[in-house]
Amino acid sequence: MTAVLMDPQGVRETPLQRIDRTGRRPVWEEEPTRIGQGLKGVSLVAICLVVLGPLWVVLVTSLSDKKTITEAGGLVVWPGTITFEAYEALLSGGAVTRAALVSVGLTVVGTLFSMAVSVLCAYGLSRGNSFGHRPLLMLLMVTMFFGAGLIPTYLLVTGIGLQDSYWSMILPSAISVFNILVLRAFFMGTAPELIESARIDGAGEWRILLTIVMPLSRAVVAVISLFYAVGYWSQWFNAMLYIQDSDKYPLQMILRQLVLQHQVPPGAMGQAVSSGALSSLAVQMAVMILALIPVAVMSPFVQKHFRKGMLIGAVKG
Amino acid sequence: MKDLELARGITRRQRFLRDRTLLLMTLPAVVLLLVFNYVPLLGNVVAFQEYDPYGAGITGSPFVGTYNFERLFLDNRFWEVLVNTLVIFFTQLVLFFPLPIALALLLNSVLNDRVRAWVQGIIYLPHFFSWVLVVTVFQQMLGGAGLIAQQLRERGIGGFDLMTDPGFFKFLLTAQSVWKDAGWGVIVFLAALAAVNSELYEAAAVDGAGRWRRMWHVTLPALRPVIALLLVLRVGSALNLDFEQILLQRDQVGPGAAEVLDTYIWWTGVRTGDFGYATAAGIFKGVFSVLMVLLANKVAHMLGEQGVYSKR
Repeated sequence: MTAVLMDPQGVRETPLQRIDRTGRRPVWEEEPTRIGQGLKGVSLVAICLVVLGPLWVVLVTSLSDKKTITEAGGLVVWPGTITFEAYEALLSGGAVTRAALVSVGLTVVGTLFSMAVSVLCAYGLSRGNSFGHRPLLMLLMVTMFFGAGLIPTYLLVTGIGLQDSYWSMILPSAISVFNILVLRAFFMGTAPELIESARIDGAGEWRILLTIVMPLSRAVVAVISLFYAVGYWSQWFNAMLYIQDSDKYPLQMILRQLVLQHQVPPGAMGQAVSSGALSSLAVQMAVMILALIPVAVMSPFVQKHFRKGMLIGAVKG
Repeated sequence: MKDLELARGITRRQRFLRDRTLLLMTLPAVVLLLVFNYVPLLGNVVAFQEYDPYGAGITGSPFVGTYNFERLFLDNRFWEVLVNTLVIFFTQLVLFFPLPIALALLLNSVLNDRVRAWVQGIIYLPHFFSWVLVVTVFQQMLGGAGLIAQQLRERGIGGFDLMTDPGFFKFLLTAQSVWKDAGWGVIVFLAALAAVNSELYEAAAVDGAGRWRRMWHVTLPALRPVIALLLVLRVGSALNLDFEQILLQRDQVGPGAAEVLDTYIWWTGVRTGDFGYATAAGIFKGVFSVLMVLLANKVAHMLGEQGVYSKR
């Protein structure tokens, strides 16, 4: 949703918190009917089940042994014997281990790279009257409205020889102009007096950025980093376009091969599956859980920062 | 601003020297954008060439005028794909769009803070999943070997597989989008709801308006600008369906039902090597999208809403 913008004034209360949310019903509001309350409760539970139910089945199946899976006729809803065999088989070397490491590496390197470039650019453009900042801003914003298109981008990336390079999964979509603009808005809002006095005291731009601006913008830097990280972790398309060498596949590529294309990458499952001791279904599910864990862990942090009030709807009150 | 500084006796050169560190800081981003956004923008000339990927390249391939566009517009397959894209888009729009609003109204009516925070935490979660993960989750639930097929088979009903059914594909896509993003879409509407002056509700209640009438006369008017804005944005990106989502399932469902403009560009260009034709299709898509935004915005203005940019 592009309509969701960050609040440039820095961390502050969301409108939600300004309203009395202590759970008291305003005096003028009629008491809810029993049926109404019941329906509301049922629909909330149903909504949560629709989201969590499938994830539960995937998790339980990934942790089931072969006997439980056979008895259940496939997917396991109610846990029987719990075993970590599938994870052990996947993570003891082989294609999935490799792909997981590639994904972790891409996410770490990519996020650091994207953040470094974005923060520098955002700070470089955050001074209202600096030389050339207006044309540079224009140069950034134009790219938000005119995408170059898939084919010219593909021809460029392959043309400069990035095929089968890890950089083909980082460089083409390394920075989001939207994120830079959000960072810039925050930097512009951080204590101009502090920055001014630091400058008078002789601090250079690098020093101001590292010792004043960055520590004051920790929350927004954290959220933008998480956004970049989720993007890198979830990346599949660039890998599909540019990576032919299956040794360089990230986890999402392997997940797709395994579950959607019913191909088993060589060496993906180790001895246990080929010898028949392990259910291939449990292995599929385990790869899904591996792909899910990092984002499931990150999501509460992102949400926490949102709730702190970093994210304000682009809504006029 | 400039005049002021000139008056203070600072020349352009001096300003440049003063801000050189700042300029240096923007350099990596500028270089990345120039290389990966602006250079490919120029690469669109391929649409006017008989492009030879293995020999001459962009600089050496012969220009053929509008030949690629003629081929594109005379190609029945292209128009089929365009229609299919729009059908999928409208299915998604009609079935998806109201859901976040309804969810927001439901959540907003929950007074208990903790319950609300929990439900929000849960429904936002799938937004962070990759499309590969979402599609595989659906495969395990609705696919031929999935949970529902399995339950049906135990009861003697076979042959259930929604994941490869071409007729069901547009609804499948919608279901996946709803599962992934309907919860996340709530945020904007919740913010809009929170900004409604609660005295309006009180006044309406005192005047005898019941729950539903308050929703109709207070809540919905408050949401109108947001709804209009999001609709305009959505219509503007009509041809930008979730590319990854569809491409992931193209093989299973078959290109009959699953080919949309983006996958068609990918297929004709990257897969069959007809780069000129595919680039022409890409340019068509870009121009069409801009026209859609302008049109949707015009409609929003006619309905008295602000839209994306305001009327001057």
